[in-house]
Amino acid sequence: MITLLHGRTELALHELRPGAASTRPLLHLHGLAERSPDTAPAVYDAWPGPVYGLDFTGHGASTIPKGGGYTCEMLMADVDAALAHLGPVTVVGRGIGAYVAVLIAGGRPDLVRGAILRDGPGLTGGGITPTSPYVAVVDPATPTPPDPWALAELTRDPRPPDYATSFVRQAVHFSDLAEPITVCAIGRPAWLEAVVHEPGVRVATLDEALATYAA
Amino acid sequence: MPETITYPGARRPDRQRSVDASGLRIAVHEWGDADAPPVLLAHGGFDFAGTYDVFAPLLADAGWRVVAWDHRGHGDSEHAHLYSWDADVRDAVAVLDSVAPDGRALPIIGHSKGGALMLQLAEALPHRMTKLVNIDGMPSPRPHPDVASHERTKLMASELSGWLDYRRSTSELSRKPGTIDELAERRGRMNPRLSKEWLRYLVTIGAREDADGWRWKIDPALRMGGFGPYRNSWSLERLSGMDHPMLGLLGLVPEQMGWGTNPDELRPYLPPNGELIAFEDVGHFIHIEKPKEVAELVLDFLGTPA
Repeated sequence: MITLLHGRTELALHELRPGAASTRPLLHLHGLAERSPDTAPAVYDAWPGPVYGLDFTGHGASTIPKGGGYTCEMLMADVDAALAHLGPVTVVGRGIGAYVAVLIAGGRPDLVRGAILRDGPGLTGGGITPTSPYVAVVDPATPTPPDPWALAELTRDPRPPDYATSFVRQAVHFSDLAEPITVCAIGRPAWLEAVVHEPGVRVATLDEALATYAA
Repeated sequence: MPETITYPGARRPDRQRSVDASGLRIAVHEWGDADAPPVLLAHGGFDFAGTYDVFAPLLADAGWRVVAWDHRGHGDSEHAHLYSWDADVRDAVAVLDSVAPDGRALPIIGHSKGGALMLQLAEALPHRMTKLVNIDGMPSPRPHPDVASHERTKLMASELSGWLDYRRSTSELSRKPGTIDELAERRGRMNPRLSKEWLRYLVTIGAREDADGWRWKIDPALRMGGFGPYRNSWSLERLSGMDHPMLGLLGLVPEQMGWGTNPDELRPYLPPNGELIAFEDVGHFIHIEKPKEVAELVLDFLGTPA
Protein backbone atom coordinates (compact mmCIF):
# COMPACT_ATOMS: atom_id res chain seq x y z
CA MET A 1 0.00 0.00 0.00
CA ILE A 2 1.23 3.47 -0.90
CA THR A 3 0.32 6.36 1.41
CA LEU A 4 -0.32 9.71 -0.24
CA LEU A 5 -0.82 12.98 1.61
CA HIS A 6 -3.72 15.21 0.56
CA GLY A 7 -3.92 18.13 2.96
CA ARG A 8 -4.16 16.52 6.39
CA THR A 9 -5.63 13.33 4.93
CA GLU A 10 -3.59 10.18 4.31
CA LEU A 11 -4.89 8.42 1.23
CA ALA A 12 -4.32 4.71 0.58
CA LEU A 13 -3.29 3.82 -2.95
CA HIS A 14 -3.23 0.06 -3.58
CA GLU A 15 -1.28 -1.71 -6.30
CA LEU A 16 -3.84 -4.32 -7.38
CA ARG A 17 -1.75 -5.88 -10.12
CA PRO A 18 1.84 -5.09 -11.09
CA GLY A 19 2.72 -4.23 -14.64
CA ALA A 20 5.57 -2.92 -16.74
CA ALA A 21 6.57 0.64 -15.85
CA SER A 22 6.38 1.48 -19.55
CA THR A 23 2.64 0.76 -19.73
CA ARG A 24 0.04 3.21 -18.51
CA PRO A 25 -1.68 2.29 -15.22
CA LEU A 26 -5.42 1.77 -14.86
CA LEU A 27 -6.71 3.55 -11.73
CA HIS A 28 -9.87 2.12 -10.13
CA LEU A 29 -12.15 4.55 -8.24
CA HIS A 30 -14.56 2.75 -5.95
CA GLY A 31 -18.23 3.54 -5.39
CA LEU A 32 -19.70 5.31 -2.37
CA ALA A 33 -19.07 3.36 0.86
CA GLU A 34 -16.94 0.85 -1.06
CA ARG A 35 -13.18 0.52 -0.87
CA SER A 36 -10.49 -0.49 -3.29
CA PRO A 37 -10.43 -4.26 -3.90
CA ASP A 38 -7.31 -6.14 -2.71
CA THR A 39 -6.47 -7.50 -6.14
CA ALA A 40 -7.37 -6.45 -9.66
CA PRO A 41 -10.95 -7.47 -10.51
CA ALA A 42 -11.18 -10.00 -13.37
CA VAL A 43 -13.14 -7.47 -15.45
CA TYR A 44 -9.85 -5.60 -15.91
CA ASP A 45 -7.94 -8.67 -17.22
CA ALA A 46 -7.76 -7.14 -20.70
CA TRP A 47 -5.78 -4.13 -19.40
CA PRO A 48 -2.13 -4.55 -20.38
CA GLY A 49 -0.61 -2.31 -17.70
CA PRO A 50 -0.56 -2.18 -13.92
CA VAL A 51 -3.83 -1.71 -12.03
CA TYR A 52 -4.18 0.55 -8.97
CA GLY A 53 -7.06 1.28 -6.62
CA LEU A 54 -7.50 4.46 -4.55
CA ASP A 55 -9.41 4.65 -1.28
CA PHE A 56 -11.23 7.99 -1.18
CA THR A 57 -11.07 10.11 2.00
CA GLY A 58 -13.03 8.38 4.77
CA HIS A 59 -13.04 5.05 2.92
CA GLY A 60 -10.97 1.86 3.13
CA ALA A 61 -7.52 2.50 4.61
CA SER A 62 -7.63 6.29 4.11
CA THR A 63 -8.02 8.77 6.97
CA ILE A 64 -11.45 9.33 8.47
CA PRO A 65 -11.61 13.11 8.94
CA LYS A 66 -13.15 14.78 11.98
CA GLY A 67 -16.63 16.21 11.45
CA GLY A 68 -17.21 15.50 7.75
CA GLY A 69 -17.43 18.23 5.11
CA TYR A 70 -17.32 16.00 2.02
CA THR A 71 -17.72 17.28 -1.52
CA CYS A 72 -17.15 15.51 -4.84
CA GLU A 73 -14.68 18.27 -5.72
CA MET A 74 -12.55 17.17 -2.77
CA LEU A 75 -12.73 13.55 -4.00
CA MET A 76 -11.52 14.84 -7.36
CA ALA A 77 -8.53 16.34 -5.52
CA ASP A 78 -8.02 12.92 -3.85
CA VAL A 79 -7.64 11.44 -7.33
CA ASP A 80 -5.26 14.24 -8.27
CA ALA A 81 -3.03 13.21 -5.38
CA ALA A 82 -2.84 9.76 -7.02
CA LEU A 83 -2.10 11.35 -10.41
CA ALA A 84 0.75 13.31 -8.82
CA HIS A 85 2.24 9.95 -7.80
CA LEU A 86 1.38 7.80 -10.84
CA GLY A 87 1.55 10.26 -13.73
CA PRO A 88 -0.81 9.72 -16.68
CA VAL A 89 -3.43 7.02 -16.09
CA THR A 90 -6.72 5.74 -17.44
CA VAL A 91 -9.36 6.01 -14.72
CA VAL A 92 -12.28 3.68 -14.26
CA GLY A 93 -14.91 4.68 -11.72
CA ARG A 94 -17.86 2.93 -10.14
CA GLY A 95 -20.89 4.92 -9.00
CA ILE A 96 -19.70 8.11 -7.32
CA GLY A 97 -16.27 7.18 -8.67
CA ALA A 98 -17.71 7.54 -12.20
CA TYR A 99 -18.89 11.09 -11.43
CA VAL A 100 -15.51 11.91 -9.89
CA ALA A 101 -13.84 10.40 -12.98
CA VAL A 102 -15.68 12.98 -15.13
CA LEU A 103 -14.55 15.80 -12.82
CA ILE A 104 -10.89 14.77 -12.88
CA ALA A 105 -11.00 14.10 -16.65
CA GLY A 106 -11.96 17.76 -17.01
CA GLY A 107 -9.61 18.97 -14.28
CA ARG A 108 -6.49 17.14 -15.49
CA PRO A 109 -7.09 16.44 -19.19
CA ASP A 110 -3.33 15.95 -19.69
CA LEU A 111 -3.06 13.25 -17.01
CA VAL A 112 -6.34 11.38 -17.51
CA ARG A 113 -5.93 9.33 -20.67
CA GLY A 114 -9.49 8.13 -20.81
CA ALA A 115 -12.20 7.95 -18.16
CA ILE A 116 -14.45 4.87 -17.99
CA LEU A 117 -17.78 5.27 -16.20
CA ARG A 118 -19.35 2.20 -14.58
CA ASP A 119 -22.48 1.62 -12.52
CA GLY A 120 -22.10 1.44 -8.75
CA PRO A 121 -23.11 2.97 -5.41
CA GLY A 122 -23.46 6.73 -5.47
CA LEU A 123 -24.03 7.05 -9.23
CA THR A 124 -27.03 9.33 -8.75
CA GLY A 125 -25.86 11.65 -5.98
CA GLY A 126 -28.45 14.05 -4.60
CA GLY A 127 -30.21 14.88 -7.85
CA ILE A 128 -29.92 17.99 -10.01
CA THR A 129 -30.78 20.55 -7.30
CA PRO A 130 -30.26 20.46 -3.54
CA THR A 131 -32.80 18.45 -1.61
CA SER A 132 -34.45 20.17 1.37
CA PRO A 133 -31.61 21.02 3.72
CA TYR A 134 -31.17 18.62 6.56
CA VAL A 135 -28.79 18.78 9.49
CA ALA A 136 -27.47 15.26 9.81
CA VAL A 137 -26.45 13.77 13.13
CA VAL A 138 -23.78 11.09 13.23
CA ASP A 139 -22.38 9.29 16.25
CA PRO A 140 -18.73 10.37 16.28
CA ALA A 141 -17.82 7.37 18.44
CA THR A 142 -17.79 4.89 15.55
CA PRO A 143 -14.84 5.84 13.40
CA THR A 144 -14.80 2.79 11.15
CA PRO A 145 -14.75 3.15 7.37
CA PRO A 146 -16.76 4.10 5.47
CA ASP A 147 -17.13 7.35 7.36
CA PRO A 148 -20.84 7.88 8.17
CA TRP A 149 -20.39 11.56 7.27
CA ALA A 150 -19.33 10.55 3.75
CA LEU A 151 -22.59 8.63 3.41
CA ALA A 152 -24.69 11.43 4.94
CA GLU A 153 -23.18 14.09 2.70
CA LEU A 154 -22.30 12.38 -0.56
CA THR A 155 -25.79 10.92 -1.01
CA ARG A 156 -27.08 14.52 -1.11
CA ASP A 157 -24.59 16.41 -3.30
CA PRO A 158 -26.40 18.20 -6.13
CA ARG A 159 -25.20 17.35 -9.65
CA PRO A 160 -26.67 19.78 -12.18
CA PRO A 161 -26.34 18.28 -15.68
CA ASP A 162 -24.69 21.41 -17.11
CA TYR A 163 -22.12 21.31 -14.30
CA ALA A 164 -21.16 17.75 -15.27
CA THR A 165 -21.06 18.59 -18.97
CA SER A 166 -18.81 21.60 -18.34
CA PHE A 167 -16.18 19.11 -17.12
CA VAL A 168 -16.81 16.87 -20.14
CA ARG A 169 -16.17 19.85 -22.43
CA GLN A 170 -12.90 20.57 -20.63
CA ALA A 171 -11.84 16.97 -21.14
CA VAL A 172 -12.82 16.92 -24.81
CA HIS A 173 -11.31 20.34 -25.56
CA PHE A 174 -7.94 19.70 -23.93
CA SER A 175 -7.43 15.94 -24.37
CA ASP A 176 -5.53 14.40 -27.32
CA LEU A 177 -8.08 11.61 -27.37
CA ALA A 178 -11.06 11.93 -29.70
CA GLU A 179 -13.31 10.32 -27.11
CA PRO A 180 -11.79 10.84 -23.64
CA ILE A 181 -14.89 9.58 -21.81
CA THR A 182 -16.56 6.19 -22.23
CA VAL A 183 -19.84 5.33 -20.51
CA CYS A 184 -20.30 1.65 -19.66
CA ALA A 185 -22.93 2.32 -16.99
CA ILE A 186 -26.52 1.25 -17.63
CA GLY A 187 -27.90 3.77 -15.11
CA ARG A 188 -28.83 7.21 -16.40
CA PRO A 189 -29.20 9.75 -13.60
CA ALA A 190 -29.79 13.24 -15.04
CA TRP A 191 -26.13 14.25 -14.96
CA LEU A 192 -25.07 11.11 -16.83
CA GLU A 193 -27.92 11.36 -19.33
CA ALA A 194 -26.56 14.80 -20.22
CA VAL A 195 -22.98 13.52 -20.35
CA VAL A 196 -23.70 10.71 -22.86
CA HIS A 197 -25.11 13.25 -25.33
CA GLU A 198 -21.94 15.35 -25.36
CA PRO A 199 -19.56 15.11 -28.34
CA GLY A 200 -16.47 13.12 -27.37
CA VAL A 201 -18.38 10.75 -25.11
CA ARG A 202 -18.78 7.17 -26.24
CA VAL A 203 -21.14 4.48 -24.99
CA ALA A 204 -19.43 1.08 -25.08
CA THR A 205 -18.77 -2.11 -23.14
CA LEU A 206 -16.01 -2.20 -20.53
CA ASP A 207 -13.90 -4.49 -22.76
CA GLU A 208 -14.24 -2.09 -25.69
CA ALA A 209 -13.32 0.85 -23.47
CA LEU A 210 -10.25 -0.91 -22.05
CA ALA A 211 -9.12 -1.94 -25.56
CA THR A 212 -9.51 1.62 -26.88
CA TYR A 213 -7.60 3.32 -24.08
CA ALA A 214 -4.91 0.62 -23.93
CA ALA A 215 -4.04 1.18 -27.57
CA MET B 1 3.47 38.51 25.87
CA PRO B 2 1.72 39.24 22.58
CA GLU B 3 1.56 42.88 21.69
CA THR B 4 -1.71 44.55 22.68
CA ILE B 5 -3.30 47.02 20.34
CA THR B 6 -6.50 48.80 21.23
CA TYR B 7 -9.17 50.23 18.95
CA PRO B 8 -11.83 52.77 19.90
CA GLY B 9 -14.98 50.93 21.00
CA ALA B 10 -13.47 47.47 20.58
CA ARG B 11 -13.91 45.09 23.48
CA ARG B 12 -12.72 41.51 23.68
CA PRO B 13 -15.37 38.92 24.59
CA ASP B 14 -16.32 38.55 28.26
CA ARG B 15 -16.17 34.74 28.05
CA GLN B 16 -14.54 32.19 25.79
CA ARG B 17 -15.25 28.48 25.62
CA SER B 18 -15.40 25.73 23.04
CA VAL B 19 -17.99 23.27 21.83
CA ASP B 20 -17.51 19.86 20.29
CA ALA B 21 -19.03 19.93 16.80
CA SER B 22 -19.08 16.30 15.65
CA GLY B 23 -15.58 15.82 17.01
CA LEU B 24 -14.20 19.19 15.94
CA ARG B 25 -13.34 21.91 18.48
CA ILE B 26 -15.22 25.15 17.75
CA ALA B 27 -14.21 28.30 19.68
CA VAL B 28 -17.14 30.28 21.11
CA HIS B 29 -16.90 33.93 22.21
CA GLU B 30 -19.52 35.68 24.31
CA TRP B 31 -20.20 39.29 25.23
CA GLY B 32 -22.67 40.50 27.85
CA ASP B 33 -24.38 39.08 30.91
CA ALA B 34 -24.30 35.26 30.88
CA ASP B 35 -27.93 35.21 32.06
CA ALA B 36 -29.22 37.69 29.48
CA PRO B 37 -31.34 36.46 26.52
CA PRO B 38 -29.00 35.07 23.86
CA VAL B 39 -28.54 36.18 20.25
CA LEU B 40 -26.28 34.28 17.83
CA LEU B 41 -23.76 36.08 15.65
CA ALA B 42 -22.23 34.37 12.57
CA HIS B 43 -19.14 35.86 10.88
CA GLY B 44 -18.29 35.75 7.19
CA GLY B 45 -15.81 33.67 5.21
CA PHE B 46 -12.14 34.40 6.03
CA ASP B 47 -13.25 36.39 9.09
CA PHE B 48 -13.48 35.35 12.74
CA ALA B 49 -15.61 36.24 15.77
CA GLY B 50 -13.15 39.00 16.77
CA THR B 51 -14.26 41.03 13.74
CA TYR B 52 -17.37 41.70 15.91
CA ASP B 53 -15.32 43.29 18.71
CA VAL B 54 -16.97 46.68 18.13
CA PHE B 55 -20.43 45.58 16.99
CA ALA B 56 -21.09 42.80 19.55
CA PRO B 57 -20.49 44.98 22.66
CA LEU B 58 -23.12 47.44 21.38
CA LEU B 59 -25.69 44.62 21.45
CA ALA B 60 -24.38 43.29 24.78
CA ASP B 61 -24.68 46.71 26.39
CA ALA B 62 -28.33 46.80 25.30
CA GLY B 63 -29.07 43.68 27.31
CA TRP B 64 -28.23 40.74 25.02
CA ARG B 65 -25.94 37.78 25.62
CA VAL B 66 -24.11 37.85 22.28
CA VAL B 67 -22.75 34.46 21.22
CA ALA B 68 -20.34 34.32 18.29
CA TRP B 69 -18.08 31.50 17.18
CA ASP B 70 -15.12 30.95 14.87
CA HIS B 71 -16.09 28.77 11.89
CA ARG B 72 -14.07 25.59 11.47
CA GLY B 73 -10.56 26.45 10.28
CA HIS B 74 -11.06 30.14 11.21
CA GLY B 75 -9.88 32.10 14.26
CA ASP B 76 -9.33 29.89 17.30
CA SER B 77 -11.37 26.93 16.03
CA GLU B 78 -9.73 23.68 15.05
CA HIS B 79 -8.50 23.25 11.49
CA ALA B 80 -10.52 20.54 9.75
CA HIS B 81 -9.63 17.98 7.11
CA LEU B 82 -12.64 19.03 5.07
CA TYR B 83 -14.72 22.17 4.66
CA SER B 84 -18.21 22.50 3.24
CA TRP B 85 -21.29 24.65 3.48
CA ASP B 86 -23.30 21.89 5.19
CA ALA B 87 -20.50 21.29 7.69
CA ASP B 88 -20.50 24.99 8.60
CA VAL B 89 -24.26 24.89 9.19
CA ARG B 90 -23.82 21.79 11.36
CA ASP B 91 -21.12 23.50 13.42
CA ALA B 92 -23.49 26.44 13.91
CA VAL B 93 -26.14 24.06 15.25
CA ALA B 94 -23.61 22.70 17.76
CA VAL B 95 -23.12 26.27 19.01
CA LEU B 96 -26.87 26.88 19.03
CA ASP B 97 -27.39 23.67 21.03
CA SER B 98 -24.80 24.82 23.57
CA VAL B 99 -26.79 28.04 24.13
CA ALA B 100 -30.29 26.56 23.89
CA PRO B 101 -30.02 22.88 24.80
CA ASP B 102 -33.77 22.74 25.26
CA GLY B 103 -34.29 23.23 21.53
CA ARG B 104 -35.38 26.82 22.00
CA ALA B 105 -35.45 29.30 19.13
CA LEU B 106 -33.11 32.30 19.11
CA PRO B 107 -32.66 35.45 17.07
CA ILE B 108 -29.67 35.09 14.76
CA ILE B 109 -27.45 37.63 13.01
CA GLY B 110 -25.05 36.75 10.21
CA HIS B 111 -22.67 38.72 8.01
CA SER B 112 -21.80 37.76 4.44
CA LYS B 113 -21.29 33.98 4.20
CA GLY B 114 -22.50 33.76 7.81
CA GLY B 115 -25.78 35.39 6.76
CA ALA B 116 -26.18 32.98 3.86
CA LEU B 117 -25.43 29.99 6.11
CA MET B 118 -28.13 31.17 8.50
CA LEU B 119 -30.60 31.36 5.59
CA GLN B 120 -29.96 27.64 5.13
CA LEU B 121 -30.42 27.07 8.87
CA ALA B 122 -33.75 28.94 8.68
CA GLU B 123 -34.97 26.42 6.12
CA ALA B 124 -33.43 23.31 7.73
CA LEU B 125 -34.40 24.09 11.34
CA PRO B 126 -37.01 26.86 11.25
CA HIS B 127 -38.06 26.02 14.81
CA ARG B 128 -34.63 27.05 16.15
CA MET B 129 -34.74 30.66 14.88
CA THR B 130 -37.03 33.54 15.81
CA LYS B 131 -35.67 36.33 13.60
CA LEU B 132 -32.81 36.76 11.19
CA VAL B 133 -30.60 39.73 10.49
CA ASN B 134 -28.63 39.27 7.30
CA ILE B 135 -25.79 41.77 6.88
CA ASP B 136 -24.75 41.86 3.19
CA GLY B 137 -25.06 38.09 2.84
CA MET B 138 -28.07 37.81 0.58
CA PRO B 139 -27.74 36.05 -2.76
CA SER B 140 -27.44 38.09 -5.91
CA PRO B 141 -30.14 37.39 -8.51
CA ARG B 142 -27.84 38.69 -11.23
CA PRO B 143 -26.70 35.91 -13.55
CA HIS B 144 -23.03 35.65 -14.37
CA PRO B 145 -21.90 37.97 -17.17
CA ASP B 146 -22.13 36.50 -20.62
CA VAL B 147 -18.84 34.93 -21.62
CA ALA B 148 -18.29 33.21 -24.97
CA SER B 149 -18.12 29.47 -24.51
CA HIS B 150 -14.49 29.10 -25.72
CA GLU B 151 -13.46 31.84 -23.30
CA ARG B 152 -15.33 30.08 -20.53
CA THR B 153 -13.53 26.82 -21.36
CA LYS B 154 -10.16 28.58 -21.04
CA LEU B 155 -11.16 30.32 -17.81
CA MET B 156 -12.44 27.12 -16.28
CA ALA B 157 -9.29 25.22 -17.28
CA SER B 158 -7.01 27.65 -15.44
CA GLU B 159 -9.39 27.76 -12.49
CA LEU B 160 -9.50 23.97 -12.24
CA SER B 161 -5.81 23.30 -12.67
CA GLY B 162 -5.04 26.22 -10.33
CA TRP B 163 -7.29 24.77 -7.65
CA LEU B 164 -5.89 21.24 -8.07
CA ASP B 165 -2.32 22.58 -7.95
CA TYR B 166 -3.27 24.37 -4.74
CA ARG B 167 -4.74 21.18 -3.25
CA ARG B 168 -1.48 19.38 -4.08
CA SER B 169 0.38 21.91 -1.95
CA THR B 170 -2.00 21.94 1.05
CA SER B 171 -0.13 19.35 3.12
CA GLU B 172 2.93 21.61 3.22
CA LEU B 173 1.35 25.06 3.35
CA SER B 174 1.72 27.48 6.20
CA ARG B 175 0.70 31.12 6.42
CA LYS B 176 3.42 33.62 5.59
CA PRO B 177 4.87 35.28 8.70
CA GLY B 178 5.22 39.05 9.00
CA THR B 179 4.99 42.06 11.24
CA ILE B 180 1.65 43.37 12.46
CA ASP B 181 1.90 46.10 9.83
CA GLU B 182 2.63 43.63 7.04
CA LEU B 183 -0.33 41.41 7.95
CA ALA B 184 -2.59 44.46 8.27
CA GLU B 185 -1.43 45.61 4.85
CA ARG B 186 -2.13 42.20 3.27
CA ARG B 187 -5.57 42.12 4.88
CA GLY B 188 -6.13 45.66 3.65
CA ARG B 189 -5.98 44.42 0.06
CA MET B 190 -9.17 42.43 0.74
CA ASN B 191 -10.65 45.14 3.00
CA PRO B 192 -9.65 48.37 1.22
CA ARG B 193 -12.36 50.40 3.00
CA LEU B 194 -11.36 49.46 6.55
CA SER B 195 -8.93 51.63 8.50
CA LYS B 196 -5.34 50.64 9.09
CA GLU B 197 -5.89 51.00 12.85
CA TRP B 198 -8.74 48.49 12.72
CA LEU B 199 -6.76 46.05 10.58
CA ARG B 200 -3.77 46.29 12.95
CA TYR B 201 -6.13 45.57 15.84
CA LEU B 202 -7.54 42.55 13.99
CA VAL B 203 -4.06 41.11 13.45
CA THR B 204 -3.52 40.84 17.20
CA ILE B 205 -6.67 38.69 17.47
CA GLY B 206 -6.87 36.80 14.19
CA ALA B 207 -3.16 36.10 14.04
CA ARG B 208 -0.68 34.54 16.46
CA GLU B 209 2.89 35.53 17.12
CA ASP B 210 5.47 32.83 16.32
CA ALA B 211 9.25 33.13 16.70
CA ASP B 212 9.54 34.29 13.08
CA GLY B 213 6.63 36.73 13.14
CA TRP B 214 2.84 36.99 13.10
CA ARG B 215 0.71 34.54 11.13
CA TRP B 216 -3.03 34.56 10.48
CA LYS B 217 -4.57 31.66 12.40
CA ILE B 218 -6.89 30.68 9.54
CA ASP B 219 -6.19 27.26 8.03
CA PRO B 220 -3.78 27.77 5.11
CA ALA B 221 -5.70 25.06 3.26
CA LEU B 222 -8.62 27.49 2.92
CA ARG B 223 -8.60 29.54 -0.23
CA MET B 224 -10.79 32.30 -1.59
CA GLY B 225 -12.92 31.45 -4.57
CA GLY B 226 -13.24 27.82 -5.53
CA PHE B 227 -16.02 26.25 -7.50
CA GLY B 228 -18.79 23.73 -7.28
CA PRO B 229 -22.27 23.07 -8.54
CA TYR B 230 -23.79 25.89 -6.42
CA ARG B 231 -26.34 28.24 -8.07
CA ASN B 232 -27.53 31.58 -6.69
CA SER B 233 -31.10 30.65 -7.62
CA TRP B 234 -31.06 27.93 -4.97
CA SER B 235 -30.44 30.49 -2.22
CA LEU B 236 -33.00 32.88 -3.67
CA GLU B 237 -35.71 30.22 -3.34
CA ARG B 238 -34.57 29.68 0.23
CA LEU B 239 -34.88 33.41 0.94
CA SER B 240 -38.39 33.67 -0.52
CA GLY B 241 -39.53 30.66 1.47
CA MET B 242 -38.62 32.08 4.86
CA ASP B 243 -41.44 32.79 7.28
CA HIS B 244 -39.29 34.48 9.93
CA PRO B 245 -39.05 38.24 10.25
CA MET B 246 -35.87 39.15 8.41
CA LEU B 247 -33.88 42.36 8.32
CA GLY B 248 -31.55 42.48 5.35
CA LEU B 249 -28.82 45.09 5.13
CA LEU B 250 -26.92 45.78 1.94
CA GLY B 251 -23.74 47.83 1.42
CA LEU B 252 -23.87 49.22 -2.09
CA VAL B 253 -20.22 50.09 -2.68
CA PRO B 254 -18.81 47.09 -4.58
CA GLU B 255 -15.92 45.25 -2.91
CA GLN B 256 -13.86 42.18 -3.69
CA MET B 257 -15.29 40.28 -0.73
CA GLY B 258 -18.83 41.52 -1.34
CA TRP B 259 -21.46 39.87 -3.47
CA GLY B 260 -22.61 42.82 -5.55
CA THR B 261 -26.25 42.28 -4.66
CA ASN B 262 -28.56 44.89 -6.17
CA PRO B 263 -31.50 45.81 -3.87
CA ASP B 264 -33.97 46.34 -6.72
CA GLU B 265 -33.17 42.94 -8.20
CA LEU B 266 -33.33 41.29 -4.79
CA ARG B 267 -36.60 42.84 -3.60
CA PRO B 268 -38.93 40.45 -5.50
CA TYR B 269 -37.34 37.52 -3.64
CA LEU B 270 -37.77 38.93 -0.15
CA PRO B 271 -39.82 36.84 2.28
CA PRO B 272 -43.23 38.18 3.36
CA ASN B 273 -41.79 39.41 6.66
CA GLY B 274 -38.58 40.66 5.12
CA GLU B 275 -37.26 44.20 5.13
CA LEU B 276 -34.33 45.47 3.11
CA ILE B 277 -32.21 48.48 3.95
CA ALA B 278 -29.46 49.59 1.60
CA PHE B 279 -26.49 51.75 2.61
CA GLU B 280 -25.42 53.92 -0.33
CA ASP B 281 -21.89 54.84 0.62
CA VAL B 282 -20.86 51.75 2.57
CA GLY B 283 -19.05 48.58 1.49
CA HIS B 284 -19.43 44.92 2.42
CA PHE B 285 -18.51 45.34 6.11
CA ILE B 286 -21.43 47.54 7.07
CA HIS B 287 -21.24 46.70 10.79
CA ILE B 288 -17.56 47.67 10.87
CA GLU B 289 -17.93 50.87 8.85
CA LYS B 290 -21.14 51.95 10.66
CA PRO B 291 -21.31 49.97 13.91
CA LYS B 292 -23.59 52.36 15.77
CA GLU B 293 -26.10 52.77 12.92
CA VAL B 294 -26.25 49.01 12.31
CA ALA B 295 -26.56 48.23 16.03
CA GLU B 296 -29.41 50.71 16.33
CA LEU B 297 -31.32 49.14 13.42
CA VAL B 298 -30.66 45.61 14.72
CA LEU B 299 -31.68 46.42 18.30
CA ASP B 300 -34.85 48.04 17.05
CA PHE B 301 -35.60 44.97 14.89
CA LEU B 302 -34.86 42.48 17.69
CA GLY B 303 -36.97 44.38 20.20
CA THR B 304 -36.62 44.11 23.97
CA PRO B 305 -34.23 41.28 24.91
CA ALA B 306 -36.40 38.29 25.78
